[in-house]
Amino acid sequence: MPLVKNGKPVADAFVAVADEDTLPDAPVLVSATRLLAEGEALFARNHPVGVIWPNDKDVLLLEPFVDRLAVVALIFPKFRDGRAYSQARLLRERLGFKGELRATGNVLRDQFLLMVRCGFDALEIVKEGDVAAVEKEIHSYSVFYQPTGDGRPVPLRARLAAARGA
Amino acid sequence: MYIYDEFDRTFLQERVDEFRDQVKRRLDGELNEEEFKPLRLMNGVYLQLHAYMLRIAIPYGTLSSDQMRALAHVARRYDRGYGHFTTRQNIQFNWIKLEELPDAMADLARAGMHGLQTSGNCIRNTTTDQWANATPEEIEDPRLYAEIIRQWSTLHPEFTYLPRKFKIAITAAKHDRAAIRVHDIGLRLHRKDGVTGFEVIVGGGLGRTPFVGKTIREFLPRHDLLSYLEAILRTYNAGGRRDNIYKARIKIQVHEIGTEEFTRRVEAEWAQIKDGALALDDAAIDAIRAHFKEPDFEALTDGPAELEAAKTNPDFARWYANSVAPHRKGGHAIVTISLKPVGAPPGDATADQMDAVADLADQYAYGEIRVAHEQNLTLPHVRQKDLFTLWQALDAQGLATPNIGLISDIIACPGLDYCALANARSIPLAQDLTKRFADLDRIADIGRVHLNISGCINACGHHHVGHIGILGVEKQDQEFYQITLGGKANHKAKLGELLGPAVPENEVVNVVERILDTYVELRTSKQETFIAAVQRLGIEPFKERAYAAR
Ligand code: HEM
Ligand code: SF4
Repeated sequence: MPLVKNGKPVADAFVAVADEDTLPDAPVLVSATRLLAEGEALFARNHPVGVIWPNDKDVLLLEPFVDRLAVVALIFPKFRDGRAYSQARLLRERLGFKGELRATGNVLRDQFLLMVRCGFDALEIVKEGDVAAVEKEIHSYSVFYQPTGDGRPVPLRARLAAARGA
Repeated sequence: MYIYDEFDRTFLQERVDEFRDQVKRRLDGELNEEEFKPLRLMNGVYLQLHAYMLRIAIPYGTLSSDQMRALAHVARRYDRGYGHFTTRQNIQFNWIKLEELPDAMADLARAGMHGLQTSGNCIRNTTTDQWANATPEEIEDPRLYAEIIRQWSTLHPEFTYLPRKFKIAITAAKHDRAAIRVHDIGLRLHRKDGVTGFEVIVGGGLGRTPFVGKTIREFLPRHDLLSYLEAILRTYNAGGRRDNIYKARIKIQVHEIGTEEFTRRVEAEWAQIKDGALALDDAAIDAIRAHFKEPDFEALTDGPAELEAAKTNPDFARWYANSVAPHRKGGHAIVTISLKPVGAPPGDATADQMDAVADLADQYAYGEIRVAHEQNLTLPHVRQKDLFTLWQALDAQGLATPNIGLISDIIACPGLDYCALANARSIPLAQDLTKRFADLDRIADIGRVHLNISGCINACGHHHVGHIGILGVEKQDQEFYQITLGGKANHKAKLGELLGPAVPENEVVNVVERILDTYVELRTSKQETFIAAVQRLGIEPFKERAYAAR
């Protein structure tokens, strides 16, 4: 599936590894179970580590690893299941995660902007045809009403700033 | 009135453009119906029995006269010449063509209106007291906070795909006209030690598992409103059930984990974010306040000669006693416009009536109109000296039926005439009831009774909280109705009690009549209202009589 990062198609350097398999000599994406079980041993290797984190598990459990994880892949089993939006914001805004935050699963163009606003910077896109739409979708609005971690000014504050400037 | 500025206008225009693109992709076949569905729902577009239905948000039920004219225009140009005002202070158009939807929306956007978040599993239009900023009862205009919530919740990236829809209601008056205890979140503005804040009530709702909401915080300082709401929504988004659509509302989560545990989770989350970007301050609240243009009230005193003279007209006097309420400003009054004339579908208004109300609002009411959740309209600020002329003009439009709060002021959902989920019809039943109770002396004698009809268990007509509730059920392929008594939506919210076995369609009006005859016979005096009598007597005496004649 095509991966788009910061608006540009990129190659996926990470290999998803099943729990029972041995780790290849490459950047890996492991399951939450494996990360929590093997933790330090994974980071002792010479390759970047990412995790695939289910949407019904508390992301705050990632706290001990946030500074070392290269990728956190969150899951939208159906686009209508919005739990990963909250997880994304918690990772970025509460834990200060700086690595790649990847949206996976039923990732469709009409949700791209919501995802980006919640802190996702990488989208694993389901429909080939949606890849070209990323730029357009994430710029389809110039005005946002609520502050999220993306630091944009919202009307409530921008109005005030404008009034003060005047 | 809240005046939209360039931020709001830019946002709306971008939204209309986005939807036009989505409709085009649907018509081109690039989107299938399943993919299109949540997108159209986010814009208030439902697919109903006969056609697409467009639901338009009327934020906290406030309309300018120009917005009312825009609604009249849409009714005329894109629908069949009328619209349907709903219990959610919105309006629905039932006959719009998909190809024309983007144009209808563009016309509405020009008047600052849209269908955003009137459906879908997002935070819906926040509702409030239709008497806001007019009634002497309240401590502050609740629409300020409803507007702050509107802005925060509009296209909220985190809360657009919740387990289920989410409804917030707010009131600032002692007398709750916004039914805050049967919403996902209810907010009651009050003051403590000189600070304005909210009682926060969570987990109320109707539908197939009705609950009265639980208070999770007695007092939340107003500056903390948004962070607290965000904490509640985040707790719900993470933990609300998604395995069963009937168990996905927040009321089920609160019920299953318990109020205490739910509160603990919310408070823990809130502690982390309360001092963050969502914290409000006086400057931010005042900036919103500045967008609400206060009417240029004339300095007047109560009881002008014009009004006193008019009261000698018995028809006017009856309407005045029924449909006019006190205002916080001297010489002014609140007028409720009944959309429940005898024999018509509750809440319907024609395009001509909408235009007439808009003109009357301009002439006599500072250009402001409200939609009441009882499916009536309100002119919140009318000069008392103009009441008589206003009444004459309303009467000429069929808009002065003096039945506000009485048995024929029925709340009804669209039912089987429009709705794909219905078991039974609601509108024809409401029409029959208004015909049986057409005698104005009789209904005035019966006094205050709220009768609510839902065509199925989803409870869009709030039947659980009607003094008399009627619910359509299906039995051997026939329309039957269950009847409940004693429900209340106000500050003492309570769910009605089932009277007995379901009644076939042709018997419902008779049963209601026998219930009311029983009340008139058993009441201690005219001062004892129907609901008070039901509370004193229990349902037994009503039950005996209601079924006796069958
Ligand atoms: C005609 C199409 C409509 C459909 C398909 C529809 C569908 C539904 C459904 C499925 C529910 C139950 C949701 C739940 O409990 O999870 C519901 C509840 C509700 N609807 Fe409707 N509805 C329609 C029209 C209306 C109208 C016209 C109104 C206003 C008059 C309305 C107001 C409400 C309210 C107030 C609730 C109930 C309470 C609650 O949210 O807990 N609906 N609707
Ligand atoms: S109560 Fe049932 S019949 Fe009535 S509008 Fe709601 S879903 Fe339709």
